[in-house]
Amino acid sequence: MVPTSFYLILGGLLFAIGAIGVLTRRSAMILLMCVELMLNSVNLTLIALSRQWDNLNGQVFVFMIMAVAAAEVAVGLAIVIAHSRHTNTTNVDEVKLLKW
Amino acid sequence: MTPSILFFIVIGAVSLAAAVGVVTSRMPIHSALFLLVNFVSLAVLYITLDAQFLAAAQVIIYAGGIVILILFVIMLIGSEKIETRAPHRIWTPYVGILLGVLLISSMIFGFVETPTPDTAAQAIQGGIPEAVGMTLFTQYILPFELAAVLLLVALLGALLLARQPKAN
Repeated sequence: MVPTSFYLILGGLLFAIGAIGVLTRRSAMILLMCVELMLNSVNLTLIALSRQWDNLNGQVFVFMIMAVAAAEVAVGLAIVIAHSRHTNTTNVDEVKLLKW
Repeated sequence: MTPSILFFIVIGAVSLAAAVGVVTSRMPIHSALFLLVNFVSLAVLYITLDAQFLAAAQVIIYAGGIVILILFVIMLIGSEKIETRAPHRIWTPYVGILLGVLLISSMIFGFVETPTPDTAAQAIQGGIPEAVGMTLFTQYILPFELAAVLLLVALLGALLLARQPKAN
């Protein structure tokens, strides 16, 4: 049986890689993908701890996170499309419509 | 080293390599395909963690829904040009990598001390749909209904945002 801490370390590494991606990349599409990566690493830790404590609540949480992630991707991609229609770019450095 | 730990290391290495691929790819299409590999390898890990229903949901929702949506949008708006970086933001990658390494090291310090797992879990019943569904529809029925409302709102919001504006 694989120790739970292995899964937690893998989840932490995946989360950090996603965070590095969000901090370094500038394309809005890739930022969305990195956010998905981070959400998935949290799902992995929740499922690992669900097995650790023999409790289904963690798995239900993951189900809810999946619903929220689907909603987030749908709205985020719609914003990217709407913005790229105006400015013809997906570089987040160029997104300054709301900047005063 | 038992076979299960060896299996975990192989699948975990695949998912880590795919995650690095998502972050470092030049083309957004390649990033999306690496993301698909990452999601599928995580689904395999969910099976080893007694979460069969969530493994299926992971493949259907993430790999089948979200990645396809991302690929559609990349092809719709053109998988453009290399990202140009503003001259005053040259230092961004270094700061990002430094912060990420700090995050990794602090998290691993916290995780090494977690308790080792006990015997095989009984109450979660391998995470079959019946067990997850019973918990979802009894204890968590209100959050479930709220998630349905959230998805409806997200659907309407995405339609409203991405709609072609009236030309006049």
